[in-house]
Amino acid sequence: MTQYLRPQTLPEALAALQANPELRIVAGGTDIYPSLAEDVQHANLLDITGLSALRDITRPQGGLRIGALATWSDLQAADLGPAFLALQEAGREVGSPQIQNAATVVGNLCNASPAADGTVALMALGAEVEIAGPEGQRRLRLEAFVTGVRRVDLNKGEIVTALHLPALPGRSAFVKLGTRKYLVISIAMVAAYVQLDASSRIARAAIAVGSCAPVAQRLRALEAALVGTRAKDLTSAVRPELIEGLTPITDVRGEAAYREAVVPVLVRRALARCMDP
Amino acid sequence: MNRIAPATPVADTDNRITLSLTLNGAPREGVVAPAARLSAALRDTFDCEEIKVGCDAGDCGACTVLLDGAPICACLMPAARAEGRVVETVKALAPSSGVPGKLQRAFQRHGAAQCGICTPGMLMAAEGLLRRVPQPTRPEVEEALSGVLCRCTGYSKIVSAVMDCGGADVTPPDGAVGARIERLDGLPKVLGTDLFGADGWPEGTLAVRLVRSPHHHAGFSFGDIAAWRAAHPDLHAVLTAADIPGRNCHGVIPPFADQPVFAEHVARFKGEPVAAIIGPHDVVERLDLCHFPVTWEERPAVLDIPSARAEGAPVLHEGRPGNLLTEGFVRRGAPEDALKEAAAVVEATFTTGFIEHAYIEPEAGYARRVGNRIEVWACTQAPHMDLEDLALIMDLPREAIRILPSSVGGGFGAKLDLSLQPYLALAAWVTGAPCGMVYSRRDSMMTTTKRHPSQITARIGADAEGRLLGMTVAASFNTGAYASWGPTVANRVPVHASGPYFLPAYEARAAAIHSHCAPAGAFRGFGVPQGSIAQEALFDELADALGHDRLEFRIRNALQTGQPTVTGQVFSQGVGIRACLEALRPAWAERRAAAAAFNAAQSAEGGALRRGVGVAGMWYGCGNTSLPNPSTIRVGIKADGTLVLHQGAMDIGQGANTVITQICAEALGLPVSAFTLVGADTDLTPDAGKTSASRQTFVSGAASLRAGAALRAQLLRRLNAGDDAQLQLAGSVISAGSAAFDLATLAGQENAFGYVLMAEETFDPPTSPLDENGQGEPYAAYGWGAHLAEIDVDIELGTIRVRDLVCAHDVGRAINPTLLEGQIEGGSAQGIGLALMEEFIPGRTENLHDYLIPTVGDVPRVESILIEDPDAHGPFGAKGIGEQVLIPTAPAILNALRDATGAVVRDMPATPDKVLRALQSARR
Repeated sequence: MTQYLRPQTLPEALAALQANPELRIVAGGTDIYPSLAEDVQHANLLDITGLSALRDITRPQGGLRIGALATWSDLQAADLGPAFLALQEAGREVGSPQIQNAATVVGNLCNASPAADGTVALMALGAEVEIAGPEGQRRLRLEAFVTGVRRVDLNKGEIVTALHLPALPGRSAFVKLGTRKYLVISIAMVAAYVQLDASSRIARAAIAVGSCAPVAQRLRALEAALVGTRAKDLTSAVRPELIEGLTPITDVRGEAAYREAVVPVLVRRALARCMDP
Repeated sequence: MNRIAPATPVADTDNRITLSLTLNGAPREGVVAPAARLSAALRDTFDCEEIKVGCDAGDCGACTVLLDGAPICACLMPAARAEGRVVETVKALAPSSGVPGKLQRAFQRHGAAQCGICTPGMLMAAEGLLRRVPQPTRPEVEEALSGVLCRCTGYSKIVSAVMDCGGADVTPPDGAVGARIERLDGLPKVLGTDLFGADGWPEGTLAVRLVRSPHHHAGFSFGDIAAWRAAHPDLHAVLTAADIPGRNCHGVIPPFADQPVFAEHVARFKGEPVAAIIGPHDVVERLDLCHFPVTWEERPAVLDIPSARAEGAPVLHEGRPGNLLTEGFVRRGAPEDALKEAAAVVEATFTTGFIEHAYIEPEAGYARRVGNRIEVWACTQAPHMDLEDLALIMDLPREAIRILPSSVGGGFGAKLDLSLQPYLALAAWVTGAPCGMVYSRRDSMMTTTKRHPSQITARIGADAEGRLLGMTVAASFNTGAYASWGPTVANRVPVHASGPYFLPAYEARAAAIHSHCAPAGAFRGFGVPQGSIAQEALFDELADALGHDRLEFRIRNALQTGQPTVTGQVFSQGVGIRACLEALRPAWAERRAAAAAFNAAQSAEGGALRRGVGVAGMWYGCGNTSLPNPSTIRVGIKADGTLVLHQGAMDIGQGANTVITQICAEALGLPVSAFTLVGADTDLTPDAGKTSASRQTFVSGAASLRAGAALRAQLLRRLNAGDDAQLQLAGSVISAGSAAFDLATLAGQENAFGYVLMAEETFDPPTSPLDENGQGEPYAAYGWGAHLAEIDVDIELGTIRVRDLVCAHDVGRAINPTLLEGQIEGGSAQGIGLALMEEFIPGRTENLHDYLIPTVGDVPRVESILIEDPDAHGPFGAKGIGEQVLIPTAPAILNALRDATGAVVRDMPATPDKVLRALQSARR
């Protein structure tokens, strides 16, 4: 028997999930509906868009809290400052304006596509995931939350309620590579965050790469090596051998060797944008 | 925005809810399944057929509506979520029913709608922007439209229309030939009232669903279908090959017809239908076909040319050993000897993949039985061909079949072949109820025809002065599981592979090879675009080897009147290629100089961009190759003065309804506004042939001219007026100067069609058969053209942005310049797709996010240069344009890539990974 439920409060939603663990959580619907194809008739859906408490984007202590129902368009409309630019830029690359008006930031993460533009930006910005469940609330780092292709650490009965990003003094940028300009799944993409010291050298960098491994990857060895680098030295400083953890594959969007070759270029360009005075 | 809606109404036991919303300003209520796609709920329950469905995946944007003022894809939203909200469709833009609003007028004024299937979505995406930003910049418009795909227009006129929304609404001219009149069938397209294949079905239409092969190649047998049917008492019928009254076979070229309606015992491509299930929509849609009694035995499949030709490869059709369907051949002189004399010879092999037409309207239609006749309402490019094949399949006399073409949401060649029509006709015949079907995007991409993949080796030589001496071409085309238009490709390519140049010695062969893929058929150019890539790329290498300027090399060798073509045909007029190439000279000089300066600056500052400029020429024969190809047009006038044009040339967005009328108006000497159009409808319009081979303006236009002139002659006789008389029609009175004649006096003398005066004329372009060496006169006329592409290459990423196209086309006579520009902008956008991003991989890219076509952000500025070298056979000198516009774009882009960087890509499409690899090779 197919079911469609649209509760109005989080406790109601959690109770519905307890009662029927087969329900799929749907927010924006922009990933689930394409996957249903001609099978809409058989869908069991828990539509959480009635949970008005999950809609807000707030700035606790200068950080950023993104409610589970905040759309990419909501995020564009917010004034977030230079640190969170990567996330807003990634949002402009998610599908199309129509998609951004419906799709949620949290949904992009929970769908756990290796090519999720939003996840890469969230990872570079150190996001944490807030989860509500029958046992109460828990929070974990994004790297721990996304565990594989289409896999996240979400137990039956749990709902992601928000994302938390720390206050950051620096600047971030997002660079996407696709075969056409709009409405395109990334061949590869990079989000970078840079905090400069008083002499305009990198004090702290965070870099995440997507579409080049089952899960987006932080480039921690490169991040460490970049400390002290000036903008003009980026080309030599982003040494391909420091880029670790990527396991690109060949698919309809591009060859593995190509992905390997372009990641350093995308990383340099993302960093350069972060450091552009 | 994703505002929080009020509580969802409680679902009844059938899991349906009463949905209340504000729709186009009015409060509305309807019963829907809460999880249904909002697009489906609005179409089915709220009668919003102006919402078009192209993919059900958010990939095409055709279903864009405004939800509380913000554009969304209605296909991705649960219907229940619209509760209490404000939904607006394109109907909200019209101040009153049938009256276009400002934005809709701007679309009409600019020719922004061609087929019209994306138009409602485009309009709503634009409206969402204009409400926020009343005077947007071009980048703002492009971003706002970035989520709606258009396959016809190349987007340029759409963007211009949105930017000019507030512009002066000039009254359109009512001119005839040469005037930029607005599309005559455009108003319903911008209003959203145009009816496509999925629209306007009768109440109670049953659904048809096909059981398709899950394998590329499989044997199969049915289990107990009767028992399965009995277990599903709500169904009306289950049909297989055994239920076909006539022959289980169809094909666009009768001698090669080989495609079964339902496969028998063996399925030859993935998605091939084996059975049809008919019943009420909700019953049929809920069926889980996993349990349908069919057993599959997967067999080894050959999907490409090398494996299909390999020794021991499975043979698809008896009597076609080696999977060879057919071959084409043209030979003139002794090219092997000529090449020995050449100062330089170049040779290379090029490959291209399957290209999907990707029209935004998937195949759709319904059929109904009317007494002992069957009527089929569906999207098609060839109503009379559909009729012929359906008569054979249904074993009915031709008179018992009526094809009522719906508006066609893009065709580009694939809607020439039958797709769902036989299933609809059979289902309606058997059940007695109207039966309809809409292909899903996946069905459409998986099973309908594609552009042929090709493997082409060419060898070309010239003397030191840069005169072409000889050329050889060997081409193989993957024609898929059934013949479709494979023979046409095999015949056309050898005729055209020389390009529009004089070649004293030439040999070309082309083979069509079967594989276990969906049939490759007709796609804008019938193989000629693939051949052009090889020939035009090699011309650049040859010019460079000889130290000649690439454009001047082409001009030197451009075919001229009096010179024989490679088939030995000598034209005394109508050869416009030299003029097209010469028209590119200023842009060539200017842009190459600018590119050199740009590249020097990029190089100096360590920039990653390199600019390049490329040119390519083309020719394309209008109409069938050496075969009869007639069109008939009827024009009549009633006793009350109603002037009716029976226009059966299918308008699939290219503009035949408008162009054929303009030609008739010019010939008759009455304004376009005096005409009422009828058709296309096989009961009401004489056969104007198929919309393919760039023949409608040329062939049907010539028939229209003759019909108009013949009716004019009759009117002049009644008026006793001379040939140069100026006719006027007021009510039932026709006049010329002081002479007047009241048609009402002929009342009672109507002919069988209801006209007091009528003319029906046929034109069949003169051609002659090709002999065993391919020598003869395959076409009465060729269209000619040349494109210049300016591109930027990112040498670190291998990405290409096409900045500008300059497109010169000899159209003979520009009947409607706006429509011609629309063809050039749209066709060249498909050329960009062919060059840079499009490749259909069977089983892998059966959707519009893995198969990419250009978006509004991928098309350049296009400058169209219309050259008018009148053709003796064409109406007022006009020639075809539909396919001509696509052919030179891809090679011009590839030549620009080589110009910019030295990189050579010979395996299409030139995706970033291939370009980067080519850049690395070029550096070595």
